[in-house]
Amino acid sequence: MAQFPRYFTIWQKLGLTGVKLTAWLVLLFLMAPILVIIPLSFNAEPYFTFTEGMLAFDPDAYSLKWYQEILAEDKWMLAIKNSFYIGIMATIIATVLGTTAAIGLTRSEMPFQRMIMALLLSPMIVPLIITAAGMFFFYTQLDIAGSYLGVILAHAALGTPFVVITVNAALSGFDYSLVRASLGMGAKPVYTFFKVIMPLIRPGVISGALFAFVTSFDEVIVVLFLAGPEQRTIPRQMFSGLREEINPTILAVATLLVIISGLLLLTMEYLRARSEKMRTG
Amino acid sequence: MSNPELTPDEIRQANRNRRRAKLLAIFFVLPLLGFIFVTFVAPIGTMLYRSFYHPTVSELVPETLAQLDKWSESSGELPPPDALNTFAVELKTLAKDRLSGKLAEEINRALPGSSSLIKSTARRVSRTDTAELQSRGNEILFDAHKKWQQVEVWRAIKKSGSVVTADFYLTALDLEHSPSGEIVQRGTQIYIDLYWKSLKIAFYITVLTAIIGFPLAWYLANAPTRVANTLMIFVLLPFWTSLLVRTTSWIALLQTNGVVNSTLMSLHIIDEPLEMLYTQFATVIAMTHILLPFMVLPLYSVMKGIDPSYFRAALSLGAKPIPAFVRIYMPMTVPGLSAGALLVFIISIGYYITPALVGGTEGQMISNIIAFHMQSSNNWELAAALGSLLLLLITLLYWLYDRLVGISNLKLG
Repeated sequence: MAQFPRYFTIWQKLGLTGVKLTAWLVLLFLMAPILVIIPLSFNAEPYFTFTEGMLAFDPDAYSLKWYQEILAEDKWMLAIKNSFYIGIMATIIATVLGTTAAIGLTRSEMPFQRMIMALLLSPMIVPLIITAAGMFFFYTQLDIAGSYLGVILAHAALGTPFVVITVNAALSGFDYSLVRASLGMGAKPVYTFFKVIMPLIRPGVISGALFAFVTSFDEVIVVLFLAGPEQRTIPRQMFSGLREEINPTILAVATLLVIISGLLLLTMEYLRARSEKMRTG
Repeated sequence: MSNPELTPDEIRQANRNRRRAKLLAIFFVLPLLGFIFVTFVAPIGTMLYRSFYHPTVSELVPETLAQLDKWSESSGELPPPDALNTFAVELKTLAKDRLSGKLAEEINRALPGSSSLIKSTARRVSRTDTAELQSRGNEILFDAHKKWQQVEVWRAIKKSGSVVTADFYLTALDLEHSPSGEIVQRGTQIYIDLYWKSLKIAFYITVLTAIIGFPLAWYLANAPTRVANTLMIFVLLPFWTSLLVRTTSWIALLQTNGVVNSTLMSLHIIDEPLEMLYTQFATVIAMTHILLPFMVLPLYSVMKGIDPSYFRAALSLGAKPIPAFVRIYMPMTVPGLSAGALLVFIISIGYYITPALVGGTEGQMISNIIAFHMQSSNNWELAAALGSLLLLLITLLYWLYDRLVGISNLKLG
C-alpha cells in the first residue's frame, strides 16, 4: 500500500484503508465464483461441491473424467461444433454490415443520424425474451425457424450493435481528407477502403467482431426458441443440463469457457493498447 | 451566407456534391438498416400484432360467427336456430379434423368451464349424420348438454370470434370484462404483481451494484496505472465470461450442500445448511455479480476524468473530508453513476436465464412468465401482450438513457 500524505489524520487514513479493503473484497466477489468452478471440475465424485479428499489434496479425489465425458458425448461435441459454426457465420455478417453502416453513419451528411443510431442499437437493448418471441413468430412464417439460417440471422442481428459502436469509436478520430487524397490521386474506392480506411480502423473492427462473436457464443434465449435439436449450442446444452441432470461435465465445459474468455480478454487488451498507440503516436 | 466569389455554377456544383455525399452515406447505412428491419424489427412488429390480432376462433367456426353477427347478445335470447344448426355442423367438421380441442381451449378462456362442454358435445355430434345436424342441430345440442341453452355460452363464442381483441392486454393487466361488459379488476392479481416484483428486483440489483461498484471504481481510478490495469482484468474477465458459466458458479456456491454452506458449517457459524438456491435472494445476488461490470466500467471512466485537485482544494479550504467528498466529488460522478444505473436497470428488468435457473418460484421475473406462456401453456397471444407491455417500459427507459447519457456515448470495455 502506498504511503499516506503526512498531513492525513488517523481517521482519514482509516477511512482510506477501509475503502481500499472494500474494493478488494468486491474484486474477490467478482472473481471467486468464477475461480471456484475450476477445481470443482476436477472432482472425482459427481457433485458440485468440494469433497473431503479434495480439501486434503488427495490426488485420488481429483480426476479428468468429466473432460473425457465431453469428448465422449456426441451432444457436447455437436454443441461445440454448432457454437463455433453459428458464431463465426453470424460474426461475418454482423462485421461486414456493421462496419459499412458505421462508415456511413459517422458522415455529417447522413440524415436522421440520431434516430437511425437508436434503431440500429436497439437489438442490444430490447430484452432477449421479447426478441426471441418475436423472432419465433416471424421466422416460423418465413419457414426458417429450426434451421441454421434462422439462428445465424438472429445472432447476426444481435451482434451488429457492438460492431457499430466499436467501429464508430474507431472512426471518431478518422481524418476523411485521407480518403479524398487517395481518391484524388486516382485510387479506386474499393482500393481506398482496404488500403486507407481499413488499416486505421482495424482495431475497432476486430474488437467489434469479437464482441459479436461472444454475443452469439453466449446467447441462449434465441437458441431456446428458434433452434431445433440439430442446432443446439454450448450454452443451450448447459441450460438444459442445469435444469435436468446436474453433473460436473457442465463444470468442465464452464472451465473451458473461462479459458476461452481469458484468451479473448487478452486479445481485446492487446488491440486496445495498439489502437491507443496508433492514436497517440 | 452568400459568397460573392462563387458563381451560380459553382454553387450548383457544390450542392450537387453535397447531395452525392449524402446519398453515398445513405448507401452505406442502407444494407444494415434493411437487414435489421427484416431480422429484428419485423419480428418485434409481428409480436405486437399477435398481441391483439387473434383469428384462431374465426378460422375454426367462420360460418357460425357470420350468423351470430346478426344476433344481438344483449337481447337475452338464444341465437336463431339456423346459427345453432350451423355450429353443430362446424363442430362435427372440427371433431373430424381433430380441431375441436383447440376450439374448446379458446372458448374456455372466455368462459371457464366450457372446455368439457365443447369436447363432450363434439364427440356426440361427430356420430350424428350431417343432414340431421343441418335440420335439427339445435335440438341435438340441447340434448347433448343443457348448457347450450344458456346465453353466456353463445356470448363467449361470439366474443372469442372477434379477430381484433384487447382481451390479452386486459389479462396482462389483471383486468377482465364483467358479465355486464364493464372492465373490472380480476380477483387475483398475477401479472401486475409480477411486473412490480421485476421492477423491485431490478431496483435492488441497481442499488447493490452502485453501492459495491462505487468504492471499486474509485479505487481503480485512483490507483497507480500499473496496479489499476492489472486489477481491471479482474473486472473484465467476469464481464467476458459466459453468462451460463457465471450462473453455474452460483448454483455450485449456493446449493444446499454447496461451497458457501459447507464453508459456513465447517467454521461452525451455522449448524444447518441455509436454503439459498431457488430463492429471490439467489436471483438478486447472482444478477448483481453478473451485472456489476456494467456499473463499474462507466463509473471508472468518469472517475478517471475527475481532476483530484478539486477535492484537495476543498480540503485545504477547510472542508471536512466526508462533506467534501459528498458535495464536491460525488456530484462529478453523477454522469457515470446514472449511465451505469440505467444500463443495469434496463438489462436486469428483462432478464430471463439467471432467474430461470437460480430463482425457483419466488425469484421469477416477468420474462419467465412470458417464456412460460410461449413454451408451456401455448398462450402465445398473452405472451405477446405481456411482452409488448415490457417493451413499452424498456422503450421509455431507453429514451431516458438517450436523453441523459446519449446512446452514441455507450462505450464497451
